[in-house]
Amino acid sequence: MLRIPCPNCGVRDATEFRYAGDASKRRPALGLSSLDDWHDHVFLFDNPKGAHREYWQHVLGCRQWLVLERDTATNAVGRAVLARDRVRE
Amino acid sequence: MIIGGGGHGLATAYYLAARHGIRNVAVVERAYIGSGNVGRNTTLVRSNYLMDGNTQFFEYSLRLWEGLSHELNFNVMLSQRGQIVLAHGPSQLDVLARKGNIMRLNGIDAELLDRGDVMRLLPYLDFSSEARFPIYGGLLQRRAGTVRHDAVAWGYARAADALGVDIIENCEVKGFLRENDRIVGVATSRGAIRAARTAISVAGHTSHLAAMAGLRLPVESHLLQACVTEPIKPFVDHVISFGAELFYISQSDKGGLVFGGHIDGYNSYTQRGQFAKIQSVAECAVALIPSVSRLRLLRHWGGIQDMTPDGSPFISRTPIAGLYLNGGWCYQGFKATPAAGACFAHTIANDDEHPLVRHLGLDRFRRGNGHDEYGLGLWTYKQ
Repeated sequence: MLRIPCPNCGVRDATEFRYAGDASKRRPALGLSSLDDWHDHVFLFDNPKGAHREYWQHVLGCRQWLVLERDTATNAVGRAVLARDRVRE
Repeated sequence: MIIGGGGHGLATAYYLAARHGIRNVAVVERAYIGSGNVGRNTTLVRSNYLMDGNTQFFEYSLRLWEGLSHELNFNVMLSQRGQIVLAHGPSQLDVLARKGNIMRLNGIDAELLDRGDVMRLLPYLDFSSEARFPIYGGLLQRRAGTVRHDAVAWGYARAADALGVDIIENCEVKGFLRENDRIVGVATSRGAIRAARTAISVAGHTSHLAAMAGLRLPVESHLLQACVTEPIKPFVDHVISFGAELFYISQSDKGGLVFGGHIDGYNSYTQRGQFAKIQSVAECAVALIPSVSRLRLLRHWGGIQDMTPDGSPFISRTPIAGLYLNGGWCYQGFKATPAAGACFAHTIANDDEHPLVRHLGLDRFRRGNGHDEYGLGLWTYKQ
């Protein structure tokens, strides 16, 4: 079982969380960007084999959004931080 | 040059040699042939698709399956035992009726079953008043069934080899050779190989290979598990698809019940599953067939699926000259093996997509032409 270190709730089973994808993407600026920028943002993925930063929501816990570091080749889990803290970085 | 010695890559090589007279073909495989998803699937073949494009493509594939043992002179053990998709409510049965009508209009066999028909064919399902998902009926395709999956890789490999194709195992692609924005071959762990045309056919690692060529794709790699129980006497005579969840079950020639469900839910290149998914799949099995509850699981395994936004694959040229792509099969690649090989070979040989795969271009999201079989919009696999 993948176990995720929630900053609020401690290490919990992944089944308590909802996965929400690649957290390295940045939204194009509203109104300023071409359709190509939006296509790339919505549809294209780096899909790396290795280090990945990704969103998870602790839906059956504190309900907070997290950014987790995970290795997609081994499922080794690294640090998790609250997504709102990361947005302020 | 074909990268990937799986079912699709070997089929592509075979059809390039057999149908297009192109015999100067090499297939490079990182491990041994058939070590990837062609040996990790649940061996089902069928052509009960709803959307124009898919319907014709998968029927073409099923027709190729029907002649494959003869064509390859290798017994792939096609067993047309029939597949039944179940409906658990009247509206779901309406959807199956529509799908069946579309199939029949395309010359594909389909029979709509009511509850009594299903009861006669599959008396061991849960028809009790306590059934969590009551059975209203189903859709039967008698020509659907199973294939001995390893034999597909071996059969295509032997037939391609006999036509002069070079199959190079334990040869990992490390990068692409370029000349003036054109791909002219690959650098491998065993040296460089030059080729006029290079084709990617590597289920699970499509993004990884494409990144070496400088391409980002609409693909995420996800893990799908399958399970097999201890062998029992002949019991499940058909392929059954549960209608209340993504779950399918059949019985292997050795007697094990083979079943699987949905992807694990987050992108992963590990070929190892999470136990929670095995539990939910086992719950589906017991909800559908209560008598399997005491069977023991013999094995379970995982394969890596290239998931695309609309659930449809790519068989396409790419923005880079000399590079072709077959990938993004979203756990439906095995049944497509012969047609994917034939259409990809056509695409490579003619530098133009085969008419049956024109809707599977790499640029379709840019044009707003997503091709979603379930009719639910994009990203169904994430919901």
